[in-house]
Amino acid sequence: MPIHAIPSIFAPASTPAGAIHHLSLFVLTICGAIFLVVASLLVYSIVKFRRGDDDNREPAQIYGSNQVELAWTVIPILIVVVLFLATARVIHAVQDVRFPPDTMEVTAIGHQFWWEYRYPQQGFVTANELHVPVGEPSRPTPTRITLLSADTNHSFWVPQLAGKTDLIPNRQNSMWIEPRDVGVYVGQCAQYCGTQHAKMLLRVVVEPRADFERWAASQRSPARLSDGVAQGRHVFETTACVNCHTVSGTSARGTFGPDLTHLMSRETIAAGAAALTPENLRHWIMNPDTFKPGSKMPAMQLKPAELDAVTAYLLTLE
Amino acid sequence: MGDAEFALRPLAVPQAGVAARPWLDRVHDWVVTVDHKRLGLMYILYGILFLVIAGLEATAMRIQLAIPNNHFVSPQVFNRLFTMHGTTMVFLVGMPLVFGFANYLAPLMIGARDMAFPRLNAFSFWMSAFGGLILYSSVVAASGLYGAGSAPDVGWFAYAPLTSSTFSVGHSTDYWIIGLLVSGIGSIGTAANIVTTILCMRCPGMTLGRMPMLVWLNLVVSSLILIVISPLTAAQIMLLIDRYLGGHFFDTQAGGSAVIWMHFFWIFGHPEVYVLIIPGFAIASEVIPVFSRKPIFGYAIMVAATLAIGFMSLAVWAHHMFTIGMTSYANAFFTASTMAIGVPTGIKIFNWLGTMWGGKISFTVPMRFCVAFLFQFLIAGLTGIMLSASPFDWQLGNSYFVVAHFHYVLIGGLVFTIFAGFYYWYPKVTGRMWNDTLGRAHFWLFLIGFHLTFDFMHIPGMLGMPRRIYTYEAGRGWELWNLIISVGVLFQAAGIFCWVMNFVFSYFLGPAAGNDPWDAWTLEWSTTSPPPEYNFGVVPVVASRRPLWDVKHPEDPDWKYE
Repeated sequence: MPIHAIPSIFAPASTPAGAIHHLSLFVLTICGAIFLVVASLLVYSIVKFRRGDDDNREPAQIYGSNQVELAWTVIPILIVVVLFLATARVIHAVQDVRFPPDTMEVTAIGHQFWWEYRYPQQGFVTANELHVPVGEPSRPTPTRITLLSADTNHSFWVPQLAGKTDLIPNRQNSMWIEPRDVGVYVGQCAQYCGTQHAKMLLRVVVEPRADFERWAASQRSPARLSDGVAQGRHVFETTACVNCHTVSGTSARGTFGPDLTHLMSRETIAAGAAALTPENLRHWIMNPDTFKPGSKMPAMQLKPAELDAVTAYLLTLE
Repeated sequence: MGDAEFALRPLAVPQAGVAARPWLDRVHDWVVTVDHKRLGLMYILYGILFLVIAGLEATAMRIQLAIPNNHFVSPQVFNRLFTMHGTTMVFLVGMPLVFGFANYLAPLMIGARDMAFPRLNAFSFWMSAFGGLILYSSVVAASGLYGAGSAPDVGWFAYAPLTSSTFSVGHSTDYWIIGLLVSGIGSIGTAANIVTTILCMRCPGMTLGRMPMLVWLNLVVSSLILIVISPLTAAQIMLLIDRYLGGHFFDTQAGGSAVIWMHFFWIFGHPEVYVLIIPGFAIASEVIPVFSRKPIFGYAIMVAATLAIGFMSLAVWAHHMFTIGMTSYANAFFTASTMAIGVPTGIKIFNWLGTMWGGKISFTVPMRFCVAFLFQFLIAGLTGIMLSASPFDWQLGNSYFVVAHFHYVLIGGLVFTIFAGFYYWYPKVTGRMWNDTLGRAHFWLFLIGFHLTFDFMHIPGMLGMPRRIYTYEAGRGWELWNLIISVGVLFQAAGIFCWVMNFVFSYFLGPAAGNDPWDAWTLEWSTTSPPPEYNFGVVPVVASRRPLWDVKHPEDPDWKYE
C-alpha cells in the first residue's frame, strides 16, 4: 500500500480535491499574469524614471487622467467577475453535490488530541486511522464524513483528498471524499485545539473494496481474547484504563479515549505521534508525555510487572 | 496665494533651558505631556519596544521550527509564544505605530496647533500603554495550569470554547481579555480624537479636497476603529461573563455557540487588517510623490478607493470562516465581496505607479522601502485573491500559506512603509539626519531577510503544513523550507539592529537636517525641525493640496489646476 508522505494540494487523489486543484491552477494563472504585467510596469518605471545626477528641474506635473483611471478600474472588475464565476462553480460542485444512495457514511469526532471514527452503516467504532474504499472509474465511491467535536474546535484536513472542514462543538458539519487511488494519505488537525494540536495527525487508508469489507468485518467483531494474557487483562480492567477506553466484549466501556478493541489493526498510536511497536506502546502507557507532552492520557503509574502485562494484553487485541 | 506668509515665524514663547533641568523633571514633562508630538513619539517608541519583544518571540518560534522534532521549547511555551506574538504585533505594535504617526503628523499636516482634545489624547495613550503592561504581566502574574506564571495560550483570535473556564484553567485568558479591553478604550479615545481633529481643526483654506493623502487615509482608519473596536469589546465582556458570571454565550457544553465568537471576532478582525494597512498606504502616498517629484496621481480616485476599502472591509469578515461549514450561498457571497475589495486596492497600486511614471525618482532610503512595499503589496494582494476563492481557501486556510500571506501584508506592507515613514520624518522629528550607509544596510538586510522568510513560507502551506504547530514530522517535504524560513530571521534581526543603531546614534551625532530636507510640499515641512510646541508661529493659509509647492513655484502654483 503506497504511503503518500507529502500531503501536497497539487497532488489530488479524490474528486473534491481535484475540483479545487483545477480552480487553484486557474486562479494561479490569472494572478501570475497580473503579477507579470504590474511588476513589469513597476520595474520599467523604477529603471526608466530614475533621477539623473545633476538633474534639478522638476518633471511635468501630471495630476491624473480620467481615461487611464477608468481603464484600471474596469479591467480589474472584469477579472473579478470571471474569477468569481469560476469559483462559484466549484463551490456549487463541492458543496451542493447529490450523493448516490449507497454512499458510505462515517462520523468523525474530534477530541483533544485524537480522532474517533464511527461507521453507522457497519456498526463499529475505531480511532485515528480512517479506512475507506477506493472508487473505480465505473463506480465512484463517495464517503460522506459527518464532523462533530467532543471539546474544542478541530479541522479535518487531508489535502490530497479534500479541502479542510472544521469540527465545531455543538454544531454538525459534513464533508465528502471520493478517492480514486489506493494508498495511505496523511494530514493533520488544522484548527488550533490546545496543547497537542501539532500531534493530532490524520491517516486515511484508501483500499480496494474487498480489503475494506474484510477490514470492516473484523472491526465489527468483538475483541478476540486469548487466555495467555489474563493478568494483563485483569490489570487493564481494574485500573483507570476502563474509565476512558473501550474493549468491546469486556467490561471496558470508557469513551473519553480511543476504542482499543482492534488496536493492533492500526499502524500508529497517539493519533499518529508514534509507530505502534511493543516498545512504543509500553512507553506510551508508562508516560504519554514521552511522545506527546500535554496529552490528556495520564501516566498510569503502574508497577513494571503490571506495565508489561498490560502491554502484552493490548498487543493481542488484533 | 503664493507668498510665504505662513513660512515659519517663531512665536515669542519662553523656552526653559532644557539642559539645565534635572533628569526627573524631563521625565515628568513626558509623563504629563498633552502635546500631540510627544504623545505621538511615545506611541511610536512604545510600538518599537513591543516590536522588539514580539520579534524575539517570533525568533524563538523559528528556532523551534527550523528542524523537525525539535525540543527548543515545549508545546505549552510554543503556544504562548504564538499567542503573545500575534496579540502583541496587532495590538501593541501595529495600533500604537499607526496612532503614533497619525498623532504626530495629522495636526502638522492640516496646520493645527494640537489635537482637538489634548488631554483625551494623553489619557488614551496611557490606557493603551497600561493595556500592554496588563497583558505582559500575565507572564509572571497569571497562575496557569503549568506553574506559577503563564502567558495566554489561546491564539490571538482566542476561539471559543478554548477560552472557556473548562479549557483555559487559571487566569492567563483573563489577562488577555482585560489587557485588550483596556487598550481598546485607548484606541477608541484616540480614534475619536483624530476624527474630530481632522474634521474641525483644519487651517483656513484646507478644505477636505485639499487635505494631504495621509490625513484622508487616517480619517478613514480612525472612523473604522470607532466602528470595529466595539464588537471586540462586546465579545470580550461576554467572554468575561461566561468565565465568571455563569454565562453561556460561547460555552458549547451548555448550548452556547463557538461560531458566534468567530463572527464577533472577525467583524472586528478583518477591518482591523485595513486599520493596519491603510496607514501604510498613507505613508506611501506621501513618500512616493515627493521622491518622484510629482503630485499623487488621481487624488480624487485615491480618496474614493480608500473610502470604498473602508466600507467594503465591513462586509468581508467571514472569509476567515470559509472552513466552518457555511452554506454555499454564504461562501459565494464572501468570495464575491472579498474579491471585489481587490478592485479599489488595485486602483491604489496603479495610482502609485502612475505617480512614479514620468517622474524623476530619487532612491533614498524611504523611497526604497516604498518601492519594496509596492512589489510586496502586489504579491500580498494576489495571494489574498487566491485565498478569497473559498474552495482554494479550504486548502490554504489555516496553513502556512495564510501565515505567509498576512505577513506579506503586515510586514511587507505595513512595516516596510513604517520604516519608510520613519526615515522620511526622522529629520523633522529630531532635527537631525540619519546615516545613509546604515539606512541602506537596514534596507538590504531586512529585504533579504523578509523574502527568505516569507517567500518560502508559502510552500509548506501548499504542502499541507498547518499553522500553530510546535513541531512537525520529518519526511513531509517541509524541512528545507522551514530551515530557509528560519535563516531569514537572522537577516531581519540584523536589519532591525542597524535601524535601531541608526536612529539612536543619529539622534546625538547626525548632522542638522534643516526644515525641509526633501524639498517636500506638505505643511509639516514649513515649520522648524523639530517643530515648536505650538507647531506654527502663524496659522497657515493654504490654497491647494501642495501648499509648499505653491510657495516654491509661484509662477506655476497647484491651485490653478485643482
